[in-house]
Amino acid sequence: MNILVCISRVPDTTSKIDFIEDDTEFSIRDVQFVINPNDEFGLTRAIWFKEKQGAQVHVVHVGTTKSDATLRKCLAIGADKAFRIDAPALDGLAVAKELAAFVKNNSYDLIIAGRESIDYNGAMVPGMMAALLDIPFVTNCVGLEIDGTTAIAEREIDGGREKLKGTLPIIIGSQKGLVEESDLRIPNMRGIMQARQKPFEVVPAQEAPASTKDIKFERPAPKAEVKLVPADDLDQLIDLLHKEANVL
Amino acid sequence: MSVLIIVESENNALKRNAAEVASYGVALAAKLETSCTAIAFHAANATELGHYGVTKVAHVSNGPTHFDAHAYASAIAAFAAANNVSHLVVSSSADARFLAPLLAAKLNAGYVPNVVELPEEMSPLTVKRTAFTNKAFVYTQLLTACNIIGVGNNAFGVIDNTVDCVVDEITAENAISNLEQVSIEKVTGKATIADADVVVSGGRGLKGPENWHLIEDLAEVLDAATACSKPVSDMGWRSHDEHVGQTGKPVSTNLYIAIGISGAIQHLAGVNSSKVKVVINSDPEAPFFKAADYGVIGDAFEVVPKLTEKLKAFKALG
Repeated sequence: MNILVCISRVPDTTSKIDFIEDDTEFSIRDVQFVINPNDEFGLTRAIWFKEKQGAQVHVVHVGTTKSDATLRKCLAIGADKAFRIDAPALDGLAVAKELAAFVKNNSYDLIIAGRESIDYNGAMVPGMMAALLDIPFVTNCVGLEIDGTTAIAEREIDGGREKLKGTLPIIIGSQKGLVEESDLRIPNMRGIMQARQKPFEVVPAQEAPASTKDIKFERPAPKAEVKLVPADDLDQLIDLLHKEANVL
Repeated sequence: MSVLIIVESENNALKRNAAEVASYGVALAAKLETSCTAIAFHAANATELGHYGVTKVAHVSNGPTHFDAHAYASAIAAFAAANNVSHLVVSSSADARFLAPLLAAKLNAGYVPNVVELPEEMSPLTVKRTAFTNKAFVYTQLLTACNIIGVGNNAFGVIDNTVDCVVDEITAENAISNLEQVSIEKVTGKATIADADVVVSGGRGLKGPENWHLIEDLAEVLDAATACSKPVSDMGWRSHDEHVGQTGKPVSTNLYIAIGISGAIQHLAGVNSSKVKVVINSDPEAPFFKAADYGVIGDAFEVVPKLTEKLKAFKALG
């Protein structure tokens, strides 16, 4: 089985979000970039398939040389080969078109991408790829079993779970639950050394155009001071929630 | 040019979020000075969209009766192409965010989810949306001939505007799935995190899963959904579908009550689009107090049962 995991590179969850150039650009000062957590859950599941079922795991990313360290980390965790499609990630549809073209030129049974990136929260790339390639897609995936050419994927829905069955190739939108946080791998020295020897290919881009353009950022309005209510006067809290906040 | 509102349904009835999506779509059509139609699948009460200004509904009565992203996207894309649709409006629910990317690729449409207002510019169409998991907003231009706007949950609100509503029954030839539904499990009779007006959430401060009756009792009085912080789900005290925050479920409810949750930045990001936040915590230095509207500094084991009793009495008075 050949698995492709699509990797996005995002600011670490604890990063301070700030903007420069008159709020038209995200400030990368002091920001540490990491593998998008939802992608990492998917990559970890892919490595499980490698170890248990002998799968080949490739990772792919649309981006510039700035992302090479992130892709090397994927190799250190256990991916066999990395591809970087050499183009800036303009927007969801442009990235999906680049990835779909890459998949068409190669042969994968299972394609995994995080359900959403934690920076722009678009949640669009895996679904767009599926429609462009006309293959089945399950997002918010919290369970995945592959038997021969059949995939059974479990999707988290509001208040429950839905189990779906499809024929490979299939695209999965991964998230926490597909593997647990405690299953995530921290690269060890051996993995880091091996990663240097693993194939890393730069692929020319299709130069798909953007369909959207971010023009300006805005910080949330400053929050008013919290109103503290004494623990022995909860009637006051109920009164405030009822009359002032109007939520009871 | 016209606007197509995509409403969601379940068990042959419109879902609650249909009201907000319809309100947004009608307001958008008015701003664009064009017509608007809604499309619904298997919703016997589709005429109720007339409460929110929708005059015309295309009702698909064939194809899968449960939500099926591929089949529904195929049917909607065909309808949009045949009816000269330029703007599609969807919610930002989990199902909508499953459906919309498929639609966007089929229609070669720019798509922006989590939009919080009507467009501020019409040419090029420019919308304001949340980004960085609610830590910022972005103004985004849509550059394609056909565009999809995902309205942020609970961001725009419902506008009551009753009009006559005509429902056309249509058959979608291509509403065919490429997946087979093996099973579906869903809790019934309990508010869910996505749908509830109130969410009561517990953290490590509750000391163990055996104390969760405090959260559940309070939630019951308020008809609220229960949720938890990341450490609670990581330790297995609660199942991870209750985990709310940056890597868990997003919450944008009217009232969010956080009990024994310190307020890590990742948690706050996931919940801070909720309208009103109440924090109960024994540690006055807990960062959540800086993000909350109302706070009680006190021991959850004393405060929560008292609050539950008092709310019971308050609700009994009507």
